[in-house]
Amino acid sequence: MSILGGGIFNGMAVTLKNFVRSYFDKDRLTTKDYAWQPQGKGELPQKAGQYPWKPEETGQLPRRENTTVTNYSRNIPMLLHEGGEQMDAIRCVACQICERECPPQCIYIEKDYDESGKYIKRPAVFDIDISVCMGCQICVEVCPFDAIVMDSQFEFSVPDRFDGLLLHRDDLLKGNDYYHQIHPEEATALDEKRAAEEAAKAAKKKAAAEAAKKKAADEKKEDAQ
Amino acid sequence: MSVATAPNYDLTQRDGLDTSLLEVSMGPHHPSTHGVFRMDVKLDGETVVDLKPVFGYLHRNHEKLAEDMSYLANMPFTDRLDYLNSMTNNWAYALAAEQLVEIEVPERAEYLRVVMSELTRLVNHTCLVGFFINDLGALGTPLLYGFREREKILDLFEEASGARMMCNYFRFGGLRKDVPDGWLDRARKVVDDFPSFLDEYGKLLCENEIILSRTQGIGVLPRDLAVNAGITGPMLRASGVNYDLRKVDAYGIYDRFNFRVPYGEVGDSYDRFMVRMLEMRESLEILKQALEDIPEGPVMGSAPRVFKPKPQEVYGRIEGPKGELGFYLIADGTPKPYRYRVRPPSFINLTVLRDMCLGQKVADAVVILGSIDIVLGEVDR
Repeated sequence: MSILGGGIFNGMAVTLKNFVRSYFDKDRLTTKDYAWQPQGKGELPQKAGQYPWKPEETGQLPRRENTTVTNYSRNIPMLLHEGGEQMDAIRCVACQICERECPPQCIYIEKDYDESGKYIKRPAVFDIDISVCMGCQICVEVCPFDAIVMDSQFEFSVPDRFDGLLLHRDDLLKGNDYYHQIHPEEATALDEKRAAEEAAKAAKKKAAAEAAKKKAADEKKEDAQ
Repeated sequence: MSVATAPNYDLTQRDGLDTSLLEVSMGPHHPSTHGVFRMDVKLDGETVVDLKPVFGYLHRNHEKLAEDMSYLANMPFTDRLDYLNSMTNNWAYALAAEQLVEIEVPERAEYLRVVMSELTRLVNHTCLVGFFINDLGALGTPLLYGFREREKILDLFEEASGARMMCNYFRFGGLRKDVPDGWLDRARKVVDDFPSFLDEYGKLLCENEIILSRTQGIGVLPRDLAVNAGITGPMLRASGVNYDLRKVDAYGIYDRFNFRVPYGEVGDSYDRFMVRMLEMRESLEILKQALEDIPEGPVMGSAPRVFKPKPQEVYGRIEGPKGELGFYLIADGTPKPYRYRVRPPSFINLTVLRDMCLGQKVADAVVILGSIDIVLGEVDR
């Protein structure tokens, strides 16, 4: 620090350098370019998160080159079904654990019953108020059936802020293939985990059946003796 | 140094004019108060003779809410205390809860925790320096340079946790999930590029004569007062006390890293600013070591699926970017905490605001507030 004002001059040099180099080097820009626009022009959809977008065709996602940010980001939950007829393949059994655990209490579930009043394992009502939801993913973690996962839909503009932001069961239902599209790694991991669980369950069942068979045979033998 | 204050402030006339104290209510929406914070200032001309901080505008019942939900469900709410540093908030809470039930945290998770928390420190300090200079009147430029670098770190957070700011990444016994492939290389690149930014930032700010004259000798916090008032973090170290929980407690695996703790001599606003500038270098040192040594392995220990601790009380604390962040929990055998208390660093650091501002000019009160580094989400809870 020799000359008075030298520090200010040095600072000016830094700003000038940044200014000039920002024309050649994107890392010098202080703003960030998210080149995503919804493709549906004109009318807003009536429900939040319903903008048409097809990542493989346009690439117009909140994604820059060389990063896979969208693949990791989360926003609001969605319900998974296995494909085909949606309600038959829904994984959710309306156990209401997520409803209890949800920190801002934005989930509302009613169980489904058939005509005779018997509980069939699926939700009749599954509402998420996404004006309350904070995307914390606690519901995903507590779900024992892997039925609820995080979506990464970012466009939430709707003309009606009450009904438009209250998502019902059918708005939340998305196929497993869609999940593979938006979060490939997580989806694959989840499928593997489920397959392993299924296999373990089948093995256990088989073992139990064999044990029962053996027991029956033993009893038979004992009877014969 | 004793400064006469209202109400016994001497208003004897110096030039025969009829004067009185001017009361100004700065805030709650004053742009320089970092949120909804109000300072009731009594002024004699431009000199502050009394100051009363008024807060609570952002009170949202955080502690009582946590007592009505399960231990895990409170984790996302801790993000929202100090919303610049969600990772360190998570860690402090996880540290407290891990004492309730004895969980071993896997090695890789410990390393990732250190990485995340030091990246958070970088985020916080770049932001703070930017906002601090912003309060001095340099609108925008340094702040946006800081934000530009912060974006790169936030991208890392997004890839790891799924969210940029409300990360909700730590769990009792580890982390929610492992970082994706290639994340560590991207983190290394950010860490390698950061020093050149710090050089530039330092060149821009540290010797600027305007900053020197506006901050040196302004808002001196004497060493004794800092200790007695329970000040922690960079603010305490700026007053010349060598106290860093990373060294004192060595929580997590901080005892494995070589780093220095910078501290100041005078305790004025410039020291507080410089301590943060220097701390970023040390964070980078820790990051380099951690990213080099990080082992492979699981990131989640064997946490019980139902978290139901025995009746006991625990206190978990870490060195957050703003100071000692502690969580005090009383368990009563149910899945909910009986009592949940946060020791927020920015709230306790704010208590000496009056002592630092007395006798200073009103424009300097803004600078002093900026140098404390508060986030109102944490002050009011």
